[in-house]
Amino acid sequence: MSDDVAIVGLGIHPFGRHDGVSGLEMGAIAARRALASAGIAWKDIDFAAGGSDAAGNADTSVSMLGLTGVPFINVKNGCATGGSALTTAHAMLASGAAEVALVVGFDKHPRGAFNPLPEDWGIGSWYGETGLMLTTQFFAMKIRRYMTEYDISASTLAKVAEKAFANGARNPNAWRRSPLSEDEILGSRMVNHPLTQYMFCSPGEGAVALVLARGGRIRELARTPVYLRSVTFRTRRFGSFEVFAPSIPIESAPSATTEAAAAAFEEAGISPGDVDVAQIQDTESGAEVMHLAETGLCEHGEQEALIQSGATALAGRLPVNTDGGCLACGEPIGASGLRQVHEVALQLRGEAGDRQVPKECRVGFTQVYGAPGVSACTVLTV
Amino acid sequence: MTDTRELQLIDPELIGGTLENPTLIGSECGRCGTVTFPRQRSCPRCTSEDVRPRELATRGELWTWTVQCFAPKAPPYLVGGVEEFEPYGVGYIELPGEVRVEARLTESDPDRLRIGMPMELTLIPVPGASDKLTFAFRPAEEDQ
Repeated sequence: MSDDVAIVGLGIHPFGRHDGVSGLEMGAIAARRALASAGIAWKDIDFAAGGSDAAGNADTSVSMLGLTGVPFINVKNGCATGGSALTTAHAMLASGAAEVALVVGFDKHPRGAFNPLPEDWGIGSWYGETGLMLTTQFFAMKIRRYMTEYDISASTLAKVAEKAFANGARNPNAWRRSPLSEDEILGSRMVNHPLTQYMFCSPGEGAVALVLARGGRIRELARTPVYLRSVTFRTRRFGSFEVFAPSIPIESAPSATTEAAAAAFEEAGISPGDVDVAQIQDTESGAEVMHLAETGLCEHGEQEALIQSGATALAGRLPVNTDGGCLACGEPIGASGLRQVHEVALQLRGEAGDRQVPKECRVGFTQVYGAPGVSACTVLTV
Repeated sequence: MTDTRELQLIDPELIGGTLENPTLIGSECGRCGTVTFPRQRSCPRCTSEDVRPRELATRGELWTWTVQCFAPKAPPYLVGGVEEFEPYGVGYIELPGEVRVEARLTESDPDRLRIGMPMELTLIPVPGASDKLTFAFRPAEEDQ
């Protein structure tokens, strides 16, 4: 159809630590790879969008890619940076304002936990001085409550990480490429009860770029186009439990993820039960557990049996985070959302190498989540 | 807390009452009754600007918790020394009929923290600034 939008080119710069290479350079490398995989040049791009959280303005990469005059929108939207860039490009293509677009996300963070300042998030300095300005605390407290409500075990948290590192070991672009056992994960240093060191992802570095096209250009540029059936983005509602909240209402509401996912499936006309492969925000093990149900991929409480049975492993019924997710790839904020889309596209094209899901994959789904309660989802098909 | 003259509150907008009997100051919406903490100038639920300060209940139940096991970076924390770091508890305390407030806990032993346990408001020194006090919740007697 003329209003179809599809991914026709994929580019990635390996995730991990890359001393001496800037985030912008990684973004430009990923962009060149995406262009090469679509068989086009930078001058053929008539719209671009992209960004990073901490590694500079994406549009300055034109000095490396070429000064073609292309309209290039910088996105800075926390963990939803990639999703926002994709939303923007999708709108431009679907409306006919552009024919071939490039999106890019990259980042480069220092070692250790993120240290955001409360003032940047609308909270007084007291919050940080008191010792509450840590995303890890939120994730730990959310899964602590969830484990009690839905009988999720610590073993299941460890199995999520065990699967991530097993998948990462098969992914040449992952950062953590050594498998770890459930016992090693449970026995690692406690970070925030009930979450241990190896249940958390680490801030890292990396870049991803995608080339998208519309209508008649799609078949010209790709043998196996991956159709972007929907891309949705939501902020939080009153009553949802999100990061950096000095208080939360007693009246509860669905999370930003729940609403973004429901909208993504509705817009695509596809149900969660049709999904063959999914990439879900796994900032830590508990996030993958909770997001599985928030996205509609399973019922609340079903995760214990689902994960323990191996259903979310590569050969399972619903493979999740097949590239190792944030746990094995690390978290370069601006790149992670597009990494998920990149991985689903590879799986749908059957080009995921050693980590290719053995069953036939026709429908993929991605969900990214971040502070202070933003979520972006996509539904992709071949 | 015998000599309280030199102690300061971390933020007088947050904490009212006396140093011996502190209260948290939130706000209440005049239109829909929503209670927030800290004070806001408009209601996050109904967007009304008819919002006034409200002293919150000093007792509630632990809704969820964790123990912070690594030293936060400074800033925004005031102390940067990893050597002197002691793990501390953090939780949300549900103040009945009001709101769930995030706070430091005086208890940091995971075996002595459980969802639903009664908690009460107290003040503790701010790490790295012993002349400043911040709010925290401590385990309370069950039968009060």
